[in-house]
Amino acid sequence: MFAPFTRLSSRAAVLPQANIDTDVIIRIERLTAGDSARIGDYALEALRYREDGSENPEFPLNQPRWRDAQILIAGANFGCGSSREPAVTALMAMGLRCIIAESFGDIFYANCFQNGMLPIRFSAENVAALVADAEASSSEFVVDLHRCSITTAAGCEVVFTIDPQRREALLSGLDDIGLTLRHAETITAWQQADRTRRPWIWMADTREIAA
Amino acid sequence: MTPPRTLLDKIWDAHVVLDLSDGWSLIHVDRHLLHDLSGPPALMDLRKRDLPVHNPELTFATPDHIVSSRPGRVDDTFPAGARLVAGLRLLTAAAGIRLFDLGGEGQGIVHVIAPEMGLTLPGATQICGDSHTCTNGGLGALAFGVGTSESAHALATQTLRMRKPRNMRVRIEGSLGSCVTAKDLALHLLRTLGTTAGVEHSIEFAGSTVRALEVEERLTLCNLAVEMGARSALIAPDEAVFAYLRGRRFAPTGAAFDAAIAYWRTLASDEDAVFDRDIAIDAADVVPTISWGTSPDQSMPIDGLVPGPADAPLGTLEDLAASLDYMGLTAGQPIAGEPVDWVFIGSCANSRISDLRAAARVVDGRSVAPGVQAWVVPGSMAVRREAEAEGLDRLFTDAGFQWREPGCSMCVAANGEQVPPGARSVSTSNRNFVGRQGPRARTHLASPAMAAAAAVTGRITDVRTL
Ligand code: SF4
Repeated sequence: MFAPFTRLSSRAAVLPQANIDTDVIIRIERLTAGDSARIGDYALEALRYREDGSENPEFPLNQPRWRDAQILIAGANFGCGSSREPAVTALMAMGLRCIIAESFGDIFYANCFQNGMLPIRFSAENVAALVADAEASSSEFVVDLHRCSITTAAGCEVVFTIDPQRREALLSGLDDIGLTLRHAETITAWQQADRTRRPWIWMADTREIAA
Repeated sequence: MTPPRTLLDKIWDAHVVLDLSDGWSLIHVDRHLLHDLSGPPALMDLRKRDLPVHNPELTFATPDHIVSSRPGRVDDTFPAGARLVAGLRLLTAAAGIRLFDLGGEGQGIVHVIAPEMGLTLPGATQICGDSHTCTNGGLGALAFGVGTSESAHALATQTLRMRKPRNMRVRIEGSLGSCVTAKDLALHLLRTLGTTAGVEHSIEFAGSTVRALEVEERLTLCNLAVEMGARSALIAPDEAVFAYLRGRRFAPTGAAFDAAIAYWRTLASDEDAVFDRDIAIDAADVVPTISWGTSPDQSMPIDGLVPGPADAPLGTLEDLAASLDYMGLTAGQPIAGEPVDWVFIGSCANSRISDLRAAARVVDGRSVAPGVQAWVVPGSMAVRREAEAEGLDRLFTDAGFQWREPGCSMCVAANGEQVPPGARSVSTSNRNFVGRQGPRARTHLASPAMAAAAAVTGRITDVRTL
């Protein structure tokens, strides 16, 4: 359950490094601390802050032009590594709503859609063109999910593809659990048949109790 | 005639509860594992929605990520973890989910205990809120990591909404050289294929080399598939797997076991099945391998020279320089001989009994080098007990290692157990990311034998030269 995603105008920040993993996005002990209110401050902390805790002025999202960016153009394989879903929510708490990259970690990519973050996959050439535009101009990009298009700061429009069901879910803020529970009877019937088909799947928890 | 199918196709087809159109399916989840970090938020999600757990009898839990591994540990030996462990205990009890709790039989790293207790079964679907769930593919289970939302979805419905991954096969032929383990093979594959080779794919490892791997080695190989970008990995189940499973605590018995084996035998990919990607690897090319950088594909032969700009593909020069800088290494230097401060033998990649035995063979008759902190963290209570019965604990502690309690420990450092800033660590885990073992920790991934060699020499060492 999240706010629907339809259209977004914002500057696009560039973070070109490849393989930014979920450990770098949000350190695990930030999750154990139970301090979810500050999760946005901890996002990308190894890159964002210097050793003494002060801001690293070199980090793209610390630069004045990109500080409030809601769009991030990232290096390939963004979000690889662990399955931790707070990697997505930490970036959202930092203000990001859309990430563009050549490729994403599969689980991170799926987690984006569970939280209303739009991940866009583009070819390396397209990403490079967007990077050039984002760096050359201080104007805003427009991401339009209805039209599946990005209009760059320079006014070029590029079209992206996205799975239709995922697009629909983002546009309407649909809740997966609610949708699936409409099929509760089908699931129960499937399980009934499966108990005969594959009895061994259903024995695990009764084994010890029976013994 | 039915068209030829891959192992993935067969398992997938057997789990489609409903076609959701546009390539989406509702897939049945046969086994759902929960751990202390991702389990409580998923269970809380259901509680907030006032929904019951659909099949608690198919769901199992254990604390592993944020528990202390200190010998004699109790709940609050690592106080920050106590809250989450208590939450896991409370929520699983309320839902009727079996918990393998601290101190009890069965506790351990979730991907170590599931195969070991026979919870993982060939041809079954298995999920966990953890990316290394792919480990379980070593037994032929279609297993993948999920986020908290998907985990909550599975708790509420015992299904997932998924698109079928694409088929990829990595065929490895030939025999592995001496001192070359499944871990070296995995690091070699990463070095050769990169971190995105398997994105959107499920990787089937096949070929004579894979057939010859022991079951525990197969788990290690599949463990690192997620570092290649694949959410799941598979190895066709065979007689070795059936023998491994027989008599395990939760494995089926009697007629059901026989029926299961008959079905499992049908799961191998058909001769003429077509893969979206098919890659051939020669086992003769694999040597003992160690990572030098901050991504698992930044790996190299132990007797090689650290790569420099000349070796970098276009566009990665800056990444390469950043990795070298973080790791405190110079392009062109030999990796062997680099002094180490920490050695960690553990994690779901390499903490099973065969891993500890391999490390022990190297340590036997030697001691940990002065100035090196060396830990052995067995993957589970069962591994710990078995190792103790064989006297491995004594062998390690006599040599100067710490012998600790089961958990993830320094693999992810979520439990406060960290490699200090700037220190160099040789670790049998699977991730050498920036800060993974602690802020500014420098991690080299290697096999248990190579980690043991580093511990006793105090340097990164080619285990073949010992
Ligand atoms: S041992 Fe490491 S990789 Fe494995 S589940 Fe634990 S934290 Fe994850």
